[in-house]
Amino acid sequence: MALLYAIATRIMYAGILLLAVIILNFGMMHLAPGDVADSISQSMGGADEEVLNEIRATYGLDRPFIVQLGSYIGKVLRFDLGYSFFYTQPVSQLILQKLPATLLLVLTAQFLALIVGVFLGVYSAQRPNGLSSHFVSFFALFGYSAPVFWSGLLLLIGFSLHIQWFPVAGMRDVTIEGNFLEEAIDIIRHMVLPVITLASIFLALYSRLSRATMMEVLGSDYIRTAKSKGLTDREIIYKHALKNSLSPVITLAGLQFSAVVSGAILVESVFSWPGLGTLAFESIIARDTPTILGILFFSALVVIVGNLLTDLTLRLVDPRVRTNG
Amino acid sequence: MNNTDKNIVKARHPFTEAFEMFSKNIAAVIALIVLFLIILIAIFGPTLYPVDPFDMVWMPFSPPGEEGFIFGTDYLGRDLVAMIVHGARVSIIIGLSAAFVTVFIGVSVGAMAGFYRGWVEEVLMRITEFFQVLPTLLFAMVIVALFGASLTMITIAIGAVSWTAVARITRAEFLRIRELEYVTASRASGANNFILMFGIILPNALPPIIVQAALMVGSAILFEAGLSFLGLTDPNVVSWGQVIGSNRSYLLDASFTVTIPGAAIFITVLCISLVGDGLNDALNPKLRQR
Amino acid sequence: MTDPLLSVKNLRIELNTRDGVAPVIDDFSFDLFPGEAISFVGESGCGKSMTALGIMGLLPEGVGKIASGSINFAGEDLSSAEQKRMRNIRGNEISMIFQEPMTSLNPVYTIGEQIAEVLRAHQGLSKQASWTKAIELLDAVRIPNPQARISDYPFQMSGGQRQRVMIAIALACEPKILIADEPTTALDVTVQAQIFDLLNDLRKQTGTAIILITHDMGAVAEMAERMIVMYAGRKVEEGPVQQVIDNAGHPYTQGLISCVPHILEKLTAKRQMLQEVPGIVPSLRDFGKDQCLFASRCQYVSEKCNNTRPTENKFSSSQTVACWLTESIQ
Repeated sequence: MALLYAIATRIMYAGILLLAVIILNFGMMHLAPGDVADSISQSMGGADEEVLNEIRATYGLDRPFIVQLGSYIGKVLRFDLGYSFFYTQPVSQLILQKLPATLLLVLTAQFLALIVGVFLGVYSAQRPNGLSSHFVSFFALFGYSAPVFWSGLLLLIGFSLHIQWFPVAGMRDVTIEGNFLEEAIDIIRHMVLPVITLASIFLALYSRLSRATMMEVLGSDYIRTAKSKGLTDREIIYKHALKNSLSPVITLAGLQFSAVVSGAILVESVFSWPGLGTLAFESIIARDTPTILGILFFSALVVIVGNLLTDLTLRLVDPRVRTNG
Repeated sequence: MNNTDKNIVKARHPFTEAFEMFSKNIAAVIALIVLFLIILIAIFGPTLYPVDPFDMVWMPFSPPGEEGFIFGTDYLGRDLVAMIVHGARVSIIIGLSAAFVTVFIGVSVGAMAGFYRGWVEEVLMRITEFFQVLPTLLFAMVIVALFGASLTMITIAIGAVSWTAVARITRAEFLRIRELEYVTASRASGANNFILMFGIILPNALPPIIVQAALMVGSAILFEAGLSFLGLTDPNVVSWGQVIGSNRSYLLDASFTVTIPGAAIFITVLCISLVGDGLNDALNPKLRQR
Repeated sequence: MTDPLLSVKNLRIELNTRDGVAPVIDDFSFDLFPGEAISFVGESGCGKSMTALGIMGLLPEGVGKIASGSINFAGEDLSSAEQKRMRNIRGNEISMIFQEPMTSLNPVYTIGEQIAEVLRAHQGLSKQASWTKAIELLDAVRIPNPQARISDYPFQMSGGQRQRVMIAIALACEPKILIADEPTTALDVTVQAQIFDLLNDLRKQTGTAIILITHDMGAVAEMAERMIVMYAGRKVEEGPVQQVIDNAGHPYTQGLISCVPHILEKLTAKRQMLQEVPGIVPSLRDFGKDQCLFASRCQYVSEKCNNTRPTENKFSSSQTVACWLTESIQ
C-alpha cells in the first residue's frame, strides 16, 4: 500500500512537472521572433501579408496566447502533438517512428556503461594501486574531457575509414534484406561505434563512482562483520559490498537521463543515426515549431519516466528507501 | 613531557595548507601551467599570429607542416593554426562566463534554499528539479536557434541549463553548516541574515563550490563545442567545435582538420578536470588527513 | 590442569604507519582455557582490538601483519594458517562481536538472512533450515516476537537489539571462543547490563570461552574471571579479576582501578583518593622502544624504566606484573 501511494504521488508530481515543461516550451516559442507562418512562407519562397494571415488563422495563431496554450495542452493530453508542416506528418507519428532507433542506441549504451562501469569499479576497488585503478582514473578523465562528437569521429576515422571494420553511417544497409538474422547482424554492425561512443561518457562516470563507493563500502563495519563470519571473498564482495555500493551508481544513472538525450543528439549527428536526435536537429534548423515542441515534450517525458524508474529501482536495492517513502 | 611537544602542530591558514597540498599534485600543477598557456594564447595569440582565420591562404587540405602551415589548411584553404588560436578565445570566454552565470544562479538559489528552509526551500528545489528535467543540449539548441546565435545567447543558454548541480551542492553545504556551533554563536551575537549567509556560511561552504565551478568551466567549453559542432553558433566567430563541424564531411581527405581542433578542446578540458581534481584533494579536509 | 584452548605466544603485530613500521602488539602472550572468560583491559589505542583481529586473521590487509610469535588454537597455529582454513574457523569456531552495533550489520539485508547465512556457510544447512534456526537464535538472544522480527532490516531495530542480533550471528555455530570487542560501549547503561546478562547466560548454556575487550572495569568485574591489563601494545599485568582489583601491582592498573572507585570492595587507606592517570598513551612511533612505555606517565618513574623494558615478574601466586618497581610498591 505504501508503495502504491508513493508511486501515485510521484506520478501526480511528474504530471505537474510535465505541465510546467509544456508551458515553458510553449511560452518560449511564443516569445521567439517569427512564427510558423513565417517558416511556412519561407519554405514556399515568400508570401504576402494576406497569405500569412490566412496561415495564421488556419493554425489558430491569431488567437490570444492563453487560448493557444490551452488548446495545445488539451491536445497533448490526448497525445496529439500537432502536425508538422515540414515533414507533412502528425508529430506524434513522426516521433514514434524515430523513437525505436534512439531507444536502441541509448538503452544499449546505458546498459553497457552500467555493467562494464560497475564491474570495472568493483574490480579496481579491490586493488587500489593496481593497473586497473589507474586505468579507471585515466579513462574517467578521458570520458570527462573528450568532446563526445570528437571521440565519435576518431572512432569513425580509425575503425571505418582506415580499418574498414564497421559501416560509416546509418543504421542498416539497404542492400541487406529478408533474412532476419542477417538484418540483425547488420544493425549490430552499425551500432557498434555509436554505442561505444555514447557509452564512453557514462562508463567513465559510473566506473569512477562505483570504484569510490566500493572502496568506502569495503572499509565499512558490516564488511568486517561479513569477514568475521567466515564468508568467502566472493560472497563478501558480490553479495554484501556490491548491493550497498549500487545505490549511488543507480542514483547517478538516474540523473543522467537528460545528459543521455544530449549525448544522443551529438552521436546521432556524427553517425547519421536515424533517430530522435537527428529529427530534433533537423526540425530546429527548419524551425518546425510543432515538431520542436513535440520533441521537447517527449524528452522531458523520457527524463521524468527515467527518474521514476530510478526511484523504483532504488527501492528494490535499498530497504531504507522503501520504508521511508 | 617532552613527548607532547613534538606532537604540537602549528595552526596555519587553511588556504596555505590547501596550496601546499595542491602543489604536491604534479599532474594538477602541470595542468595548471598548460591552462595558463592556453589562456595566454587566447589573450595574445591573435595579436602575435595576425592571420585572419577566415582568409583563404593556401590550397585546401594541405597536410600539417606543408608550406609552413603547422596544422595545415581546412576545406576552404584556411590556416588551421589561425583558427585554433582565434578559437581559443571563444572557448575560454564562453567557459568562464557560462561558469560564472552557472555559479551565480546556483549559489543564489542553493544559499536561499539551504538558509531559509521551509517554503522557500520547497519552491526553489522544485524549480531546480524542473530545470533538471529539461534535456540540456536540446533546450540550449532551441534557445540558440530561436533567439539568435550570439555568444551572449550561447552563454545564457548554457548557464540556464547547467546551474542545478551548483544549487544542489550549495544547498547541501548550507544545510550542514547552518547547524554548526559557530553559526549559532554568530546568530546569538546578533548577526543579520545577510551577514550569516554570505559572511559566515558561504566562506565555509566554498571548497566544494570552487571545485564544482572549475568543473563547470570544462563542461561549458564542451557544451559550446557541441553547439558549434552542430552549427548553432555565431557564424562570424571561429570556434573549435565549429571548425570540426564544418570539416567533418571531409574526414577521408583530411582527418587532421577534425583531430587537431578536437585535441585542442580535449587538452583544455582535460587540464581543467585535472586542476579540479587537484583542488578537490587540496580543499577536502577528509582526504587531507590521509 | 587442562590444556589451554587458545595459547598466544610472543605475539608481535606490526602496523605500517606514515612514520614507518610500528609494533602495535609487542611480545604478547596469554592462555585461554575452555569455557573461561578473560578480559583485556586498557585505554583505547593500546592494541586490544588488534590482538583480536590478529587472532581472527582479519588484520587490515597491507597495513597490519603478524610479524612473529604464534597463535595456537586447538593444536593449530593460526598465525600461519591458510586463508581457506581461517574462513572455516571464523564465525564457526571463533566468533567476534564488535563495538558499533549500529553499523556492524549490513543495511540492505534482513537480519534473518544475515543470521541464516553463517549457518549455511559453516553447517551446510538448507535455506529453509537455516531460517528456522535463525528464528530460534533470535529467541535465544531474547528478541521478542522472533518470527516477525526475522524479516526486519537493521535500521528497524534499536542499538541494543542489533547487538543481540550480532550475538546471535556470533553464537549461531556454537563457537569455542567468542571475542567481544567493546560490545556495550556504544549502548545505553541499562542496555549494557542486559547485554552482559545475556552473554553470561549464553556462556553458561554453551560453554563458550569469552575474550572480553573493554576499558570498563565494571564490565570486567561482572563478566570475567581473569584479566589482562594492556598498555601500549604490551601486557603490563595479568591475574584473577578480584585479586587484581584488590591488589593491583602495576601503577597503570592502580590508576585504572582508582578511576572507578565503586568496584572496590573495601576502600583501603592508600586508595581513598580518586586519582586520574595523567598524560596520554605514547605515539605509535615510540612503541618499539626498549623502555617502560608507561614511564612518561608514571609517578614512580626511575632511571631504569627509561632504559630497559621491564620483564614479567610473579607478583603473587597467580598474578604477574611487568614493572621494575613492583617490589618497592609492595
